[in-house]
Amino acid sequence: MEVKKPHIKSIPYEEWNDNASLEKIIDELHDGGVNVVTGSLDQLINWGRANSLWSLTFATSCCGIEFMACGCARYDFARFGFEVTRNSPRQADLIMCAGTITHKMAPALKRLYDQMAEPKYVVAVGGCAISGGPFKSSYHVVKGIEEIVPVDVFIPGCPPRPEAIMYGMMQLQRKVKIEKFFGGANHKQNADEAALGVSNEELTFRNKMGDHKRETIVVTDVPEAFVENLKREQEKQA
Amino acid sequence: MKLEFLSFDFEKFATEMQNLKDKKGFDYLVTIVGEDFGNEEGLGCVYILENTKTHERCSVKMLARTQVCGDGIASNGTGATDGQMMAFIPSVSNIWKVANLLEREIYDFYGIVFLGHPDMRRLFLRNDFVGHPFRKDWKGDGKYSLEDDVEPDYGLEYYLDKDGNLQSKQNRLFTSDDYVINIGPQHPATHGVLRLQTVLDGETVKHVYPHLGYIHRAIEKMWENMSYPQTLALTDRLNYLGAMQHRHALVGVIEEGMGVELTDRIKYIRTIMDELQRLDSHLLYTSCVAQDLGALTGMLYGMRDREHVLNIMEETTGGRLIQNYYRIGGLQDDIDPNFVKNCKDLVKYLRPTIQEYMDVFGDNVITHNRLENCGPMSLEDCINYAVTGPAGRASGWKNDVRKNHPYDMYGKVAWEQCTLTGCDSMDRYLVHINEMYQSLNIIEQLIDNIPEGDFYVKQKPIIKVPEGQWYYSVEGVAGEFGVYLDSRGDKSPYRMKMRPMGLSLVGAFDPMLRGQKIADLIATCAAIDVVIPDIDR
Repeated sequence: MEVKKPHIKSIPYEEWNDNASLEKIIDELHDGGVNVVTGSLDQLINWGRANSLWSLTFATSCCGIEFMACGCARYDFARFGFEVTRNSPRQADLIMCAGTITHKMAPALKRLYDQMAEPKYVVAVGGCAISGGPFKSSYHVVKGIEEIVPVDVFIPGCPPRPEAIMYGMMQLQRKVKIEKFFGGANHKQNADEAALGVSNEELTFRNKMGDHKRETIVVTDVPEAFVENLKREQEKQA
Repeated sequence: MKLEFLSFDFEKFATEMQNLKDKKGFDYLVTIVGEDFGNEEGLGCVYILENTKTHERCSVKMLARTQVCGDGIASNGTGATDGQMMAFIPSVSNIWKVANLLEREIYDFYGIVFLGHPDMRRLFLRNDFVGHPFRKDWKGDGKYSLEDDVEPDYGLEYYLDKDGNLQSKQNRLFTSDDYVINIGPQHPATHGVLRLQTVLDGETVKHVYPHLGYIHRAIEKMWENMSYPQTLALTDRLNYLGAMQHRHALVGVIEEGMGVELTDRIKYIRTIMDELQRLDSHLLYTSCVAQDLGALTGMLYGMRDREHVLNIMEETTGGRLIQNYYRIGGLQDDIDPNFVKNCKDLVKYLRPTIQEYMDVFGDNVITHNRLENCGPMSLEDCINYAVTGPAGRASGWKNDVRKNHPYDMYGKVAWEQCTLTGCDSMDRYLVHINEMYQSLNIIEQLIDNIPEGDFYVKQKPIIKVPEGQWYYSVEGVAGEFGVYLDSRGDKSPYRMKMRPMGLSLVGAFDPMLRGQKIADLIATCAAIDVVIPDIDR
């Protein structure tokens, strides 16, 4: 298979893989007063994402007050970029599920999660959201929101102190920082996704457009000389 | 209060209850307790009433009758319950308006229908819920659905026809050209998961139907399988801003049932802790009112000072929000050595600071324009709808439990009951501000004189309460909070029920907001101070 080589004027083609000459060009640019930063796209995007996590205000009980305390004067998690809370799931990056989820509330939680845009995360705050907590024996309490939505970070406590909530959010930041922009989500997958081994995003696409997996590329027109050369080298090694 | 029940004939029940209100002046229905009295007596209700002039209280016990619903021949065929065995009691919702929601709660939990109640729908549970969970013979399978709840657009009204058969008919909730908008359950200004189904005419509110139960955790049912010390942990999580007061009412009713004599030290500390908690809650309240009206700066000031109050409580109790401090017979532990000094510092700091909230938010002309004449309710209606606490006091109802039925040290310290006469949201806000000064006064008088003594009166390892019924109430942060206890002499309660502060407040939204603009709904909701887990329990 032939790959068409594009002609680039400014940089010699052979030097695409050569870091030294790239650095040299950047140095030249710096000297000329141009600001250039090099890095991977993932790094840039994740840096932005991890430091502006917008949570959906989803406080059902006690833990919600501690969440409020986090946002206010003493704890002030604006330092980490968490202070923007959204009231619409469409604009939120994560659900901060702070409090008990009851059977009557469960469909609402599920719907809110489904309405959020990818990539989306779930943080379960407090004993109730993790396992039902002190209300485990109640007939009307969901025994942990993991039954309904996939959870990325669990923050234990009844209620967790604001320090704990911030620590939990920092753990979420760690997860966000190794996201891949082109496919491969790093968040906790639900049962369907895990069985298929694909991300939420991929699953959504498949639901929409059917199985759109790419054909495997099989190279057929290999030059004979190349094959013989390869064989000879293998024999030598043997 | 040990309850001595009055009892009436089933036929004369409605007229006797009317007499209690009209002739004996019992114009405040504190609560109705549904109960499954066991196989012999069956289902029934306990009504607790108060005379708002003399503050005398009485209670009435009424057993339900049972009958098959619909006669099978002339049934108008509209009822979903036709052919079922139904328990029924005449409704008192036309005598005391607050009974509307209370009776729906009992219908939901016990399946008792109230004759003449216009809207017998479930209040807390989903419409497809099977059975009535608080009955002693109910068993659940723990399953739940992620499908949406299909809600009926009518309420059933039950009545006895001329042959004495139990019949039901449908009352439509909406007319065909009503514009209905849902506020909640996930809404930033409803302070949790309250859902208000609002019927609008343009921008004007025509009707508000509250839908509750989104955080119904069935604490009362869980209590029936717990020993008394175990029951304590759950009250702190009801209204987490009134953790101390809620626990106070619960230990209060158990201690009263057991006849425990507390030392003065316990009473002093409990009173101070209750007032610290009130400060905590009122500070958060002033913050939330500001935030709900769009004044974020006002919120930050209140939250800043709330941390100082939390610090003091945390140093003694170990908990920031949920303290678990009171226990049956006293306190978990003695106060911290720095407690007295910290409290004094707080009083000194907070007294001038409260004025700051007024400067930043309370005295602002926008605040006045937004809150004045917003969600009005007259004194008479407040009593009828049992709007207790600061909301009722803003209409001039002297309903403070600390004055009317003094407990612990409240009868022995000098403080004023804050009442205003504006009947609107502005005065509700101002009552909260004034009450903070009174809380500081109470703390100031007690803090230097905490007597020596035990912080805990030793109890038996297994706590049993003798047979009987008690009701004990305290002044919670947003109204009267009471606990009814029916003990059969066991180590766990036979039936324990709370009078939540917020349920009657939510019931009052409809009369308050009729004819108001929809934007005033948020302002009214903010100024009345509801906390949803307290309502749903």
